Amino acid sequence: MNRPLETMEGNEATAYVAYRANEVIAIYPITPSSTMGEYADQWMAEGKKNIWGTVPVVKEMQSEGGAAGAIHGALQAGALATTFTASQGLLLMIPNMYKIAGELTSTVFHIAARALAAQALSIFGDHSDVMATRMTGWAILFSNSVQEALDTAMIATASTLEARVPFLHAFDGFRTSSEVNKIELLTNDDIHAMISDELVRAHRARALSPDHPFIRGSAQNPDVYFQGRESANPYYLATPEIVQKTMDQYAALVGRQYHLFDYAGAPDAERIIVMMGSGCETAEETVDYLTARGEKVGLLKVRLFRPFSVQHFVDALPKSVQHLAVLDRTKEPGSAGEPLYQDVVTALVESGVSGVRVFGGRYGLASKEFTPAMVKGIFDELSKAQPKNHFTIGINDDVTHTSLSYDPAFSTEADDVVRAVFYGLGADGTVGANKNSIKIIGEETSNYAQGYFVYDSRKSGSQTTSHLRFGPRPIKSTYLISSANFVAVHQFGFFERYNVLELAAPGATLLINSPFPAEATWDQLPNTVQQQIIDKKLKVYVIDGYQVAKDAGMGNRVNTVMQTCFFAISGVLPRDEAIAQIKKAIRKTYGKRGEAVVQRNYAAVDASLDNLHELHVPMQASSAIAMPPTVPPQAPDFVQQFTAPLIAGEGDRMPVSAMPVDGTYPSGTTRWEKRNIAQEVPVWDADICIQCGKCVLECPHAVIRSKVYDAAELVNAPATFKSADARFKELPGKKYTLQVSVEDCTGCTLCVEACPVKNKSQAGLKAINMAPQRPLRETESANWDFFLSLPEAPRYGELKFINVKNVAMLQPLFEFSGACAGCGETPYIKLVSQLFGDRALIANATGCSSIYGGNLPTTPWSLNKEGRGPAWSNSLFEDNAEFGLGMRLTVDRQTQYAHELVERMRDLIGTELAVQVLHADQSDEAGIAAQRQRVTELKMKLQAMGAGTASDSQVAWARDLASLADMLVKKSVWIMGGDGWAYDIGYGGLDHVLASGLNVNVLVLDTEVYSNTGGQASKSTPLGAVAKFAASGKPSGKKDLGGMAMSYGNVYVAEVAVGANDAHTVRTILEAEAYNGPSLIIAYSHCIQQGIDTAKGLTQQKLAVDSGYWPLYHYNPTLKAQGKNPFVLDSGAPKIALKDYAYNETRYRILSQSNPEVAERLITEAQKELTERWHKLEQMAKG
Amino acid sequence: MDLSTTYLGLKLKHPVVPSASPLSKSLDGIRKLEDAGAPAIVMYSLFEEQIIWDSQVLDHYLSFGTESFSEARTFFPDMKTYNIGPEEYLNLISKAKAATQIPIIGSLNGVSTGGWVDYAQRIQQAGADALELNIYYIPTDPLRTGPEVEQMYLDVVRDVKRSVSIPVAIKLSPYFSATANMAHRLATQGADALVLFNRFYQPDFDLENLEAIPHLMLSTSNELRLPLRWVAILYRRVAVDFAITSGVHNTEDVLKGLMAGAKVTMMASELLLKGVGRIGQIVEGLQTWMENREYDSVNQMIGSMSQVNLGQPEVFERANYMKVLGSWRPDTAGVLV
Repeated sequence: MNRPLETMEGNEATAYVAYRANEVIAIYPITPSSTMGEYADQWMAEGKKNIWGTVPVVKEMQSEGGAAGAIHGALQAGALATTFTASQGLLLMIPNMYKIAGELTSTVFHIAARALAAQALSIFGDHSDVMATRMTGWAILFSNSVQEALDTAMIATASTLEARVPFLHAFDGFRTSSEVNKIELLTNDDIHAMISDELVRAHRARALSPDHPFIRGSAQNPDVYFQGRESANPYYLATPEIVQKTMDQYAALVGRQYHLFDYAGAPDAERIIVMMGSGCETAEETVDYLTARGEKVGLLKVRLFRPFSVQHFVDALPKSVQHLAVLDRTKEPGSAGEPLYQDVVTALVESGVSGVRVFGGRYGLASKEFTPAMVKGIFDELSKAQPKNHFTIGINDDVTHTSLSYDPAFSTEADDVVRAVFYGLGADGTVGANKNSIKIIGEETSNYAQGYFVYDSRKSGSQTTSHLRFGPRPIKSTYLISSANFVAVHQFGFFERYNVLELAAPGATLLINSPFPAEATWDQLPNTVQQQIIDKKLKVYVIDGYQVAKDAGMGNRVNTVMQTCFFAISGVLPRDEAIAQIKKAIRKTYGKRGEAVVQRNYAAVDASLDNLHELHVPMQASSAIAMPPTVPPQAPDFVQQFTAPLIAGEGDRMPVSAMPVDGTYPSGTTRWEKRNIAQEVPVWDADICIQCGKCVLECPHAVIRSKVYDAAELVNAPATFKSADARFKELPGKKYTLQVSVEDCTGCTLCVEACPVKNKSQAGLKAINMAPQRPLRETESANWDFFLSLPEAPRYGELKFINVKNVAMLQPLFEFSGACAGCGETPYIKLVSQLFGDRALIANATGCSSIYGGNLPTTPWSLNKEGRGPAWSNSLFEDNAEFGLGMRLTVDRQTQYAHELVERMRDLIGTELAVQVLHADQSDEAGIAAQRQRVTELKMKLQAMGAGTASDSQVAWARDLASLADMLVKKSVWIMGGDGWAYDIGYGGLDHVLASGLNVNVLVLDTEVYSNTGGQASKSTPLGAVAKFAASGKPSGKKDLGGMAMSYGNVYVAEVAVGANDAHTVRTILEAEAYNGPSLIIAYSHCIQQGIDTAKGLTQQKLAVDSGYWPLYHYNPTLKAQGKNPFVLDSGAPKIALKDYAYNETRYRILSQSNPEVAERLITEAQKELTERWHKLEQMAKG
Repeated sequence: MDLSTTYLGLKLKHPVVPSASPLSKSLDGIRKLEDAGAPAIVMYSLFEEQIIWDSQVLDHYLSFGTESFSEARTFFPDMKTYNIGPEEYLNLISKAKAATQIPIIGSLNGVSTGGWVDYAQRIQQAGADALELNIYYIPTDPLRTGPEVEQMYLDVVRDVKRSVSIPVAIKLSPYFSATANMAHRLATQGADALVLFNRFYQPDFDLENLEAIPHLMLSTSNELRLPLRWVAILYRRVAVDFAITSGVHNTEDVLKGLMAGAKVTMMASELLLKGVGRIGQIVEGLQTWMENREYDSVNQMIGSMSQVNLGQPEVFERANYMKVLGSWRPDTAGVLV
């Protein structure tokens, strides 16, 4: 049979089978499994049918726990049902998994296996999540590659129907889930041939039905529960044979034969590695290489990990084996060994195999590279007289010395495989172009193709590295390219920041996107780069891709230009054929976006070759340009020793001893990483500025700041440092400066949008305007440093920090985050840090804010000159409100205890000080400062207290009080997160916390989608908007979270939009914090994932308010106590139609473009709901 | 009494035709116009520039920020199709043809030679009875000469006429140095009708925010004067049909237009402002007026007051200006009346 060959990622391959062989699919986003759900939802929206000719139903749930519950219910009602998840999501499914297995229910959950959050969260791949489920009674079947993911999804789905044991189909997150590879697909007939309709009907017959009722899910007593647990044993005993039979059936159908344990290598191997997952591909490649050279080594791939068939395992092992290395891609601290190791040891002991020495090892946690060199290192270790047990490979464990050494230069890469590495920016489209190249080569030639893409963790100015391999055989190399024969550097600036030529093999080709003419490019390269080019004898090509792209109307997207150059130089295809294929791919990719886009790309292709030049490489390096240090010399030791290598991309080299043992990292490290990512930066026009502070307030990255100071401070100012007479009536005679940190700016232009001043002679200019960054870099950096040396505004005194103008002068303690340029969330976070940061504890839900807030290498959470700043932590996604509540409980308890200790020690402390401490008015900054002073005095007294002046118990109290004295200063507890947390997965906890009456402040950064995982719908997503998981347009309205919270009566609630009314935002945040009870602020956060130009985010916020879509209001329970109406509507009646706001956004527009009738119906319905809600709010405001 | 007229070879039951406007943006709107008595409909314009813009905007927002971050490689589901391009417009023409009994005249504004020709052909294929080329071009480039601009118009008409078989009308700008010559040259390129004149939407200034803002001003009857004059001048001198399209608001305006030489008078502002029921009222007024003055047919009056027929050629030329100047009085504070 002729089956289609396509290039796709593992997630798509898996979803391809899962969608076709199921009826009910419950989904919830979590990296790296989200795209499986996205494919399923999209196919449902397109009306794609399963093998029975009906469209499966795909339903997003509020959490993975919810998805598992829904699947449990669907299964019990008789459906064929599935879900997709990873990591924490799988953990949330565990309770239901026990039930589903206990009830012997056929289903498959597909898992893009991922690390678990421990000392830190990690989105990357390992087996920790799957291993955490091994007691649930589920069969666990691993696949190791994209092709295997498709095959194993099929085998698992077929097997579970017969076995009645539910299956986890696991494959490695990212390495398999996101690797693009050429595979052979199945036809619907193939899938149907594997699924027995008789077994499907049997599955249905076991379902709950009122037409033949029974109960399931009983409670059992000590008399029978145990027997019940044992009753299913026969099914588990039968499962291995059923899986093998299914594998054999599959082999007969498609020709790919799998076994429960697949052995590869020398038949007489003495040293054998046992492992699971994508690492097997690398290990097999290495074993093939070594056996071809006469080594007696082998690999045993474990496919069915549960139920673990001892017999099959032993049978699969060559009898010649002497040493086994059992590799686990997980860590079980404190165990006698990791899970697979323990099973292997048990299997050997139970089966009486003797003379085999077994060594356990850990590798590849959180997508740590696993290379042929490491495999070789393990085999070498097994050759030693006393191999290390419980070893690690791939890291340098210089603490407990578990790691094995290996020769990183060892390579098994074949000469006939083209290995290409591309360095680009997210914004330049490099990854998309490379995906197209893989499709061209994979689908239009006989070559096999593999693509794997590495992104850094910043959301603005992020670097991407594409690793592409093409060759005549299926590509098994599941590791990054370490020796490339083609290197493309799509951003010239990378030469000064990273060692981008490290991966270039001798004689490799280098393609440079250079902003300089070809002949001038050589002189612009750093000396070390020139030397590398000469030493490695690289062949260098240059193109000004930006100019070509710009001329073709492509803006900054050099993707098509660079792709064309790659094909032209690499010779993977004849040039003319390559051009034709690129154009064909362009039409396929962009055709539905309109002919204009296609033509623009064609123009870029046609212009590329004319502008591509080969560079003559001189014999000697001549450049005076040196690579600057990663961080400045004045950075603290930790930053120099730990952070800087991570920034430079050298984190893999960090030894274990360099790591903080408990996940604790210093605050305020983004300030040392000067990213210089903005092409244009704001420049202040001191002459026309009215010093309103709006630009400072709106700047998402805290790169614009203002200060008022004495003129005398300017004595040592740099020549270009600007200042103006301060326009603050409280501070007469002072000077004012608005300063930009041009090296930290992302160039988002929100500041320009926020500026209300127009130049009277040139109306196109404002008091802050964009200008090219490069010419300003040095002078403005010096100005920034001088600005930082100016005194910060005192937090109390003449200025009251109750309005935008004054608040703008407070030092932000959240700065230079890696959030998207123009982020709509960060201005709120920054504001909170300005107002309360020096006494704030912050619980941050997992999501965008936890990533730009806490993803290594640096953190934007900062500290002031006194060393105070926000104490920030991220627990999980689902528990953030509870996490913050725990902080509040602690603050309250310890403050109370501190009060009690002060009371107990009143005489020793001194009555006056004790009374002042206990009854301090801390309602404003002056009061807080006074209390801080008292606490300092108190601590000094406590320190002086010792034996002789006090009793033993008093000394103990004094020590206790000294450790808790800081609690006597008022703390501010903040609970922050996005709408995915607040509206969906964390809502139950949030509701409980709000109902607690305790003094916590909840800030919901409402982007109306799951932004961090790529824009899936939440219950905040508005009616009629398109999002992932709502590909047909969201059919239901946005949840009224504020209304629900107001129903408690004692919760301060506000809806704010800083772009629409900044003064309202400042006022309500101050009120919310001051309120001695729970508060909830729902903050409109424009987001790139709404499909807007974030540079116009503030305008869009204003339109949201003007249309009545986002009414501004606050509900202050203290007003009720004063006999007033607690609800105040703070924005006027709708002035524009919802459409005038909504259709500025792609999320609404693409529905009207793809399904105009539905779009019209939904927007009409949304307008109706909006009007009704407005009337309701008006009534509430009237009281 | 015969109210019928023939425009672009199409027999119309009366000469009050809705011009290109948002009223024809939906099938429902088109049906309402027919029900209100429209004898033909000029569809809203298909703007090639808008299609290009929509396409580029869609591409920009679907691409922007993607493939930058490992957890969020894209932001939107990949919709099966996007109605980017002329399909929606063409489908509407087809549906309008199927749903109505009256001629449907497509309207096109292109920017590229290929675009004009391609879209003209597709509008014809969609079933349009005729095509109006809405050449909306603001020559802002100081280096671009008048003859270049004129040639551009002529080339468009030539290319479109070569590529379609349905009649083609040209909606003209009033800003030509030699309007009569331009009309003549357009006719020689094959234009079947001239529609006078296109109204350019003029931006306004927002003094509060110091911004130029797009501003749509509906026409008034005062604006009739300009096309009235030019149709009266060109009638019989240039062998094409004429339509008047600016400032037609009431029966009197229609009568004037016809008498100047227009085969049809077109209106949009009046219908947008007061509803499509105005067509019936104006036609009724036309009928009454004609009855009162014992006219037999509309044809009888078409061009009756054109320059060639009025016997007062100077009224349309310099004398008109002189007469206006003569009416000025110092007490009007310098404002011409």
